[in-house]
Amino acid sequence: MTPAEFQFAGEKLLADPSGALIWPGGDSAIVADLHFEKGSAFAARGTLLPPYDSRETLRRLEAVLARHPMRRVICLGDSFHDGEGPARLGADERATLARLTARHDWIWIAGNHDPALPETIGGVTTAEYRAAGLVFRHQAAKRGGGEISGHFHPKAGVAARGRRLTGRCFVTDGRRLILPAFGAYTGGLDVRDPAIESLLMPEYTVLILGTARVHRIPRRVLRARTVEDDPRQPRLF
Amino acid sequence: MYRKREPIELMSRGSQLALWSANAAAPAPNDDTNLPTRFADWFGARGWSPHPHQRAMLEAARRDQHTLLIAPTGGGKTLAGFLPSLIEITETAAEGLHTLYVSPLKALAVDIHRNLQTPVAEMALPVTVETRTGDTPQHKRRRQRERPPNILLTTPESLTLLLSYADAPNFFRGLRCIVLDEIHSLAGTKRGDQLALCVARLQKLAPRCRRVGLSATVAWPDDLRAWLAPDAAAASVRLIDGGAGADPDIRILATRADMPWSGHMAIHALPEVYAEIRKAGTTIVFVNTRAQAEIVFQELWRCNDDNLPIALHHGSLAVEQRRKVEAAMAAGTLRAVVATSSLDLGIDWAAVDLVIQVGAPKGASRLIQRIGRSEHRLDRPSRAILVPANRFEVLECRAALDAVAENTLDGDRPQPGGLDVLAQHVLAMACSEPFDPDDLYREITAAAPYADLGRQDFDDVVAFVDHGGYALRRYERWRRLERLPDGRYRAASPAVVQRLRMNIGTIVEATTLKVRIKRGPYLGEVEEYFALGLEIGDTFLFSGQLLRFDGIREMTLQAIRAPGDTPKVPAYVGGRLPLTTHLADRVRAILARPAGWRALPAQVRDWLDIQRIRSCLPEPDGLLIESFPRGQREFMVAYCFEGRNAHQTLGMLLTKRMERAGLAPMGFVATDYVIAVWSLRPVGNVTTLFDEDMLGDDLEAWMDESSMLKRTFRNVAVIGGLIERQYPGQKKTGRQVTFNSDLIYDTLRRHDPQHVLLRATRHDAAQGLTDIGRLASFLQRIKGHITHRRLDRVSPLAVPILLEIGKERVDGAALDLMLDEAAQALIAEATGTAP
Repeated sequence: MTPAEFQFAGEKLLADPSGALIWPGGDSAIVADLHFEKGSAFAARGTLLPPYDSRETLRRLEAVLARHPMRRVICLGDSFHDGEGPARLGADERATLARLTARHDWIWIAGNHDPALPETIGGVTTAEYRAAGLVFRHQAAKRGGGEISGHFHPKAGVAARGRRLTGRCFVTDGRRLILPAFGAYTGGLDVRDPAIESLLMPEYTVLILGTARVHRIPRRVLRARTVEDDPRQPRLF
Repeated sequence: MYRKREPIELMSRGSQLALWSANAAAPAPNDDTNLPTRFADWFGARGWSPHPHQRAMLEAARRDQHTLLIAPTGGGKTLAGFLPSLIEITETAAEGLHTLYVSPLKALAVDIHRNLQTPVAEMALPVTVETRTGDTPQHKRRRQRERPPNILLTTPESLTLLLSYADAPNFFRGLRCIVLDEIHSLAGTKRGDQLALCVARLQKLAPRCRRVGLSATVAWPDDLRAWLAPDAAAASVRLIDGGAGADPDIRILATRADMPWSGHMAIHALPEVYAEIRKAGTTIVFVNTRAQAEIVFQELWRCNDDNLPIALHHGSLAVEQRRKVEAAMAAGTLRAVVATSSLDLGIDWAAVDLVIQVGAPKGASRLIQRIGRSEHRLDRPSRAILVPANRFEVLECRAALDAVAENTLDGDRPQPGGLDVLAQHVLAMACSEPFDPDDLYREITAAAPYADLGRQDFDDVVAFVDHGGYALRRYERWRRLERLPDGRYRAASPAVVQRLRMNIGTIVEATTLKVRIKRGPYLGEVEEYFALGLEIGDTFLFSGQLLRFDGIREMTLQAIRAPGDTPKVPAYVGGRLPLTTHLADRVRAILARPAGWRALPAQVRDWLDIQRIRSCLPEPDGLLIESFPRGQREFMVAYCFEGRNAHQTLGMLLTKRMERAGLAPMGFVATDYVIAVWSLRPVGNVTTLFDEDMLGDDLEAWMDESSMLKRTFRNVAVIGGLIERQYPGQKKTGRQVTFNSDLIYDTLRRHDPQHVLLRATRHDAAQGLTDIGRLASFLQRIKGHITHRRLDRVSPLAVPILLEIGKERVDGAALDLMLDEAAQALIAEATGTAP
């Protein structure tokens, strides 16, 4: 697992192939859109997805924190798929999460899926977090210098050998940085979609998550997707 | 594209004749007595008398026997199937549903409906006949359930739907006969599994019901009898042999052109193919893939100085377009149609004089079915010409010709049924009426595909339907089944029922994009992956024309007609079948017996002769491996003859092993006959390399990671009902299903590896695309019989496979590396470090 290093708003950042952002200067690991308990949210509506998404997401999170032992963890919102999510969390997953929030300086940023989290979940809940000229929020705001956010689940595609290959990605134009969704069951929205592109300067860069590396790709070589799935209107698979 | 003529009425007199085929020439025999007068008169008025097998079918009906009729195409199978029902309904003045006919094709059901009208009308029979398919309007369906016809013609999917209704017991109670058509094409497939389960249910609802199966000639008639039987025992079904047709008049095109070393388009021979079309009345030119169809069609028109009406027919073309071609075909206004397997089954045509198979046939049974399309009558021989596209295909065509002459068939025996199909069926039954698990287990194990299903597997399927069946039982609150106090299960809510009905069926289509001429007509559909590989401005062949890609808007590929006829992007691959074991054995036997080479063209003989001098020939029971240096690389070529799918799997496993052995493998390419692997260092010990133990951990590791398994899982998840095809008012795209089912697959595999859907997935993958069974018997067969020839240069037999390098689409695990590779290439390009 080799992260890609880049400069953003005067800070050195690492884009990890897992989808986490590592900020060594702030001793922080940042993840977006965990969507815990998305599986059980669908089950409640009749689609019995395997009930393992929360434990898988936690497993990946623990793996990242083992490779990058940061003191602070910032979750950029939509950490739970819905307001009932914390209540549906299984006992094992609840214990794992409690262990993590106790061990780290844990910040939950509120998202549109989880505007209010119960205190029992541990950590601190806030609408926005600022540090060293960086601002962390769930969804990109109108003016966004030094802004790090999630919400859009960006994905990008490139053409190779007559096929289009897609992957989750970080996307940045130097002023903004949008993180890929980290959750095990989270889909994606193509960065070429107006919902994302309208937030960015014309010449932006994506960092596509490969299997073990992260690949920096300029906008001009991206291939657009044919069908949009909009994370703001969560769809049934 | 042939588009000069107007569409015409679909069926002609000629095709009626084909359907009702009877002995026209024979004088009315004396043992005619078993036909009621009204029917005997009708036959007599035409100068017909029934075929012996048609009489036998009548006799079987009167003795109330389950019956399988095996007859070649053109044998009057359909009349044989319906005649007893027509007589019985007439004689007993039966009310309500008497006979249910199930066909694999909607179009076939509709066609038979039309053709049944003739005898019913002409004999004034008191028989009502109706179809019920996905196209039947709501009001007619309702009316049918209230007042069913005597004969209902339907498809497996519509039958499943009918059986999911609460009134199914009432609707089917009086059923006397089930006629299953073209069952050779269904047995062993998921649609066949579903149909077998439905028939088991019908038998329970109507215990007196008789089963009648109609099939083309197959290699395993007893398996088919068992498949049809109410107790999975071949002995329970009477076999009626429709007899062989006249021996076909079939030959290999003796081309005067240079025989190509590789390639599949046979362009070298198309002027000669055109000459044959000119000589014949009506010709079907069969090809193996849609890409071949487009190119062969294009090339034939290039030769078409006489402006003959030559049309194109393949599964990606718009339905209206296909119907138009079929209609013109039936009317006899076409001289030729270039077709893929889209014409293998279906509506009968009597008027085809000649079948030309371009490219190797891949299987003897398939070839027989295809050549049966010409002179669709028992009493006249079919005429066919085989056109091999390269040297190996000459051997394969020769092998196929011998197989047809000796009447040996191939094809796999029906496999055990899929657990995903069973899950769908269990839920459908729960939607109809509450089921007792013990009763349902007894019922479904009476269906041959599930005869050996263990109780534990059945219970796991029920648990999956009920609450997901996960080892982590978290969904007790959101069950899909409700358990009644007496232990029976029923669907938990109307929402569950509605969802099941929206998702019925076992065909999961790949996502396709519509192809439309900008501000012009709709031409057909292409797979999304093909569309996504196109750059704006790229040209490609589709629907017989050169198109320029102009972008994708709302699931539609927009194109502009382009000048010229040379596409930049070769047409896409699709519908490629691997060489059957049977033909492979025959090809090996031909190679090993130079005495028989006289039957081969001189160019091919020379090729094999030089091979004998330079290296040696593959033995029929052994494996020949050649290795030689070329360029900066070391090549290893293995003449396995096990078909493309098994070779792909073998290639993945070999490269893994070579990597561990430090040989630095760089790639491989596989055809139906041969596999070639290239590496930095030469292969030494081939015996250990090809040891059987490669099917252990490496296989498992590769399978689990491969994108092929993810695709398989997606199908299983849709059929099993884990994820939906569509929702009320919202059509999902298949792409969304793909993406998300991959996430589910990865998570499920890690946390619940023995889940019933993963078991179903592995089972499907082992049978289908990986062909592991075939690979296993191959490795066992060659043990101790490997000949390794170290050469200083490429051998004549190895040339074709080396020419394939670079043409192959990347599949399987290699795909997983491509993102990295693509990004690296782009980075190099962007940063100026590209070589």
